[in-house]
Amino acid sequence: MSPLAKLVEAALYASARPVTVEELLTLDPHAGAAAVRAALGEIRDTFAAGDHGVELVEIAQGWQFLTRREYAEAIDRAQFALRPRRLSPAALETLAIIAYRQPVGRSEVDEIRGVDSGAVIDKLGERGLVEIVTRGEGLGRPLLYGTTPQFLEILGLKDLDELPRLEELSVALRPPPTAPAEAE
Amino acid sequence: MTSVPPTAQEQSGFVVELEQFSGPLDLLLHLIHEDEVDITDLPIAKIADQFLAVINDLGLNQAADYLEMAARLLRIKAQMLLPRRLGDDEWEDPRAELVRRLLEYQQIRELVEWLGAAAARRAEQFGRGFAPEPPAAPPAPLVIDLNDLLAAAERVIALIPEPVLHRVVPRPLDVEGATARIEGLLAERASFGWRDIVGVHPTLVDVLSAFIALLELAKRGALRVDQEGPFTPIQIHREPAREAR
Repeated sequence: MSPLAKLVEAALYASARPVTVEELLTLDPHAGAAAVRAALGEIRDTFAAGDHGVELVEIAQGWQFLTRREYAEAIDRAQFALRPRRLSPAALETLAIIAYRQPVGRSEVDEIRGVDSGAVIDKLGERGLVEIVTRGEGLGRPLLYGTTPQFLEILGLKDLDELPRLEELSVALRPPPTAPAEAE
Repeated sequence: MTSVPPTAQEQSGFVVELEQFSGPLDLLLHLIHEDEVDITDLPIAKIADQFLAVINDLGLNQAADYLEMAARLLRIKAQMLLPRRLGDDEWEDPRAELVRRLLEYQQIRELVEWLGAAAARRAEQFGRGFAPEPPAAPPAPLVIDLNDLLAAAERVIALIPEPVLHRVVPRPLDVEGATARIEGLLAERASFGWRDIVGVHPTLVDVLSAFIALLELAKRGALRVDQEGPFTPIQIHREPAREAR
């Protein structure tokens, strides 16, 4: 591997979190973004080709070494590592709404879910999955929430564009207006 | 107390049922899917009755969200029963808003499945040293000596503004003092004026104290109060005969 690839590999190894290309650029002031991306590709290919237990994965707008899927059960059973806690259906519902409607206020989440969601949003905030991104224009300038890089990380997404597009879902959001049909 | 276990069991059954649904929209969707009816042409009367029956059975009487939905369903049901003229273009389907919300919610449920699957798939891979989010670092211990602390405290205290909102003023009515003063005047003179008691520039409290004392002494019969007319000076006269009594 090239010297830059080895430097990037070391940096990725040292970090417990996904590292972005911008962060990797600080390693070597002379290396450009293109060179860092090339180095990342080199590392990924090296690990993919050379029968390793870990792989380099693009996730949460960055890069991270992760164990290969086939070892999940064994590692889990041996309790070498903790799996992140699973999210409750209420938490996932709230996350879905915030992910698609961000920036979005509490009242809108409440309305879509049909239940008060304040406590769920607070918990998601504590877990670092959502954060206050701005304030709305309306009455009382409500706090508006958005998702964080941590949200992408726990879902294994590169970025928000990897979420399914609403048109791809089986349910169309806006039903055709029923009133004209009734009147005919 | 042998009858308690089955009751408790029933109640825990309710709790499980309640937790199965994440809200009234979830419950409604469940009923709609179970009946296999068209969501855009909701048989509102039937669904409303089922919804009411379920929340009644579940003992959800405290769940305001469910009650609100029940009220909404009943209102729509009533609106659907209102007669409407044929070809009335103004007529709006009272179910439209509910149907829109249900579809929106159904879409969210679909996304939830997708997100849940993505999270489960991500959980099959471990990062190096997965650690829960580190808590915010505790603030460094303070290095400060007593003088600095006192000086800081003084600065803080100096910054505290005078409370201006409301001040509770004690009522320092000094009726006893005024009484003593009037009795002193009575001992000296057979009659004197109001100004002799309170002076030329009395405060409100002085006036009140003196006035109460005056009335009290008059009641006891120690003196007599005269006033020629409204707003004229008050004259006070000693009443020796009655005081002796």
